[in-house]
Amino acid sequence: MDIQPKIETKNLSFYYGSKQALRKINIVCADRRVTAIIGPSGCGKSTFIRTLNRMNDVLLGARSEGDILLDGENINAPGIDVVDLRKRVGMVFQKPNPFPKSIFDNVAYGLRINNGKARSKIEETVEKSLIEAALWDEVKDRLKENAFSLSGGQQQRLCIARALAVEPEVILFDEPCSAIDPIATAKIEDLIMKLKKDYTVIIVTHNMQQAARVSDFTAFMMLGDLIEFDKTETIFTNPASRLTEDYITGRFG
Amino acid sequence: MERHLDEELKALNEKLLHLARLAEESVARAIKSLKERNETFAQDVFKREESIHLLEIEIDELCMKLLALRQPVASDLRFITSAMKIASELERVADLAVNIAEVSLELLKQPALKPLIDIPRMASLAQSMVRDSLNAFVNRDEKLARSVCERDDEVDSLNDQVFRELLTYMMNDQSTINRSVGLILIGRHLERIADHATNIGEDVIYLVLGKTIKHHIEEIRREAAAKAGKK
Repeated sequence: MDIQPKIETKNLSFYYGSKQALRKINIVCADRRVTAIIGPSGCGKSTFIRTLNRMNDVLLGARSEGDILLDGENINAPGIDVVDLRKRVGMVFQKPNPFPKSIFDNVAYGLRINNGKARSKIEETVEKSLIEAALWDEVKDRLKENAFSLSGGQQQRLCIARALAVEPEVILFDEPCSAIDPIATAKIEDLIMKLKKDYTVIIVTHNMQQAARVSDFTAFMMLGDLIEFDKTETIFTNPASRLTEDYITGRFG
Repeated sequence: MERHLDEELKALNEKLLHLARLAEESVARAIKSLKERNETFAQDVFKREESIHLLEIEIDELCMKLLALRQPVASDLRFITSAMKIASELERVADLAVNIAEVSLELLKQPALKPLIDIPRMASLAQSMVRDSLNAFVNRDEKLARSVCERDDEVDSLNDQVFRELLTYMMNDQSTINRSVGLILIGRHLERIADHATNIGEDVIYLVLGKTIKHHIEEIRREAAAKAGKK
C-alpha cells in the first residue's frame, strides 16, 4: 500500500469553554483511504472530526490548540479561508439534511454560489455527482422534484452528491448511517468504499462492525484521548491496548 | 461486564477440554495395549471413536454459530478460530490412537519381537507434548507452548532410530518383517501425534500473542526484510 498523509493533526486539543474535549490528538489520515474513528459516547470523535473543517468555529466559547495539516498546510492557523476549506473538506451529517429545494438544485447550489458557472457545466456536474453518489438512476427522471420526496437513504446519498459537486479532496462522515435502514446503509457503505479511489474519507461511527467493514485504518478514542490507531485489520484481530480490546469486544461501552 | 458471549465461550472451552481428555485417554490406552499386550485396552480405543467424532462435530458447529451470529473480534475471534483448529488436531490424535490400537492387536497375535525401549520412550514424549500443549492452552502459557514445539525434533530422531533398528532385524531375518513393519508404523503414528501436539502449541501461541510462528515464518520474514533492506 502506498500511503501518503492527507490530513495530520499535531497535539490537537479542543475546549468547549473550560471543558477539554480533545487532549493532544496526534493522528495521520492517509490519502485516498478510509479512516474510521470509534469510541464510546462522549469520547470526542464528533468534536474531532468537526475540527478538520473548522465546523466548531461556529460554536460560542469553543477554541482549539495545536496544528491541523492539510497537505502540509496548517488550516488551524489564523487567516485561513474557512469557506474554501469546507469546499475542500466536505461533510455529511448523521441526519440527512437536504435543502428544501429540488433534487437538482440541492446539488447545484454549491456550484452556483461559488462562481456562477455556465448552465451546461452545472448540469454536467450535477449528473456526474449524482452518478458518483450512486443515486442518478433513481432520480434522473425526477430532478425537479422536491428533495424531501426521497427516502432517508436516498436523501443521504443526495447529501453526498451535494458534497461531491464542489470537488472536495476529503469527505468527513459523521455517523452517516445512524438514521438509515440496513439496506440503505449497505448501499452507502458500498459507496464509501468506491469513493476512496478518488477521495480521502474519514468516518465517525458508533457501529464497530461498520468500521470493520469499510475502513482501512481505525482510531479508538476515549474521554478525549486517542488510545490506539492502526490498520483496521490489526485493531480487530490483535489490538495493542487492553482498553481497545475491551471496547470492541463489548466488555464495556 | 459479563457478556452473553462469555457463557458461550465457556461452553466451547469445556467441550474442547473434554475432547482433549478423550483423545489423551485413547492414546494412553492404545500404548498400554501395546506395552502390556492387552486386547481389552485396544478394544476400548475403538469403542470411544464415535463419541470423539461427535464431539468434534459439536465443537465445529458451535464455532460456526458463534462466528456467524456474534461477529467476534480480537481475542474472542482468535479463541474461536484456535478452538476449531485445536479440535481438528485432537481428532487426528484420537484417530492415530485407533491406528496404534489396530497394529497392537495384530502384534499381540504373535510372539513379541523384542523388548520395547525406544517406542515407549517416544510414546511418553508424545503424550507429555500433548498434555503440555493442552495445559498451555488452558493457562494461555505461550512459553510452555513454545517448549512443546521445541521437543518435536527429539521425537523425530527417536523415530529414525526405531526405523534403523527394525530395518536391521528385517534384513537379518525375514520372519520378523511382519512385526517389524507393525512397530515401524507405530513409531510413525507416535511421530505424527507429536506433530499434532506441536501444531496445538503453535495455535496456542497465535491465540495468546496474536501472531503466528508456524512454518518458521518469523525467520522467513526476517530474511526477506534483510534482503529488501540490502537493496
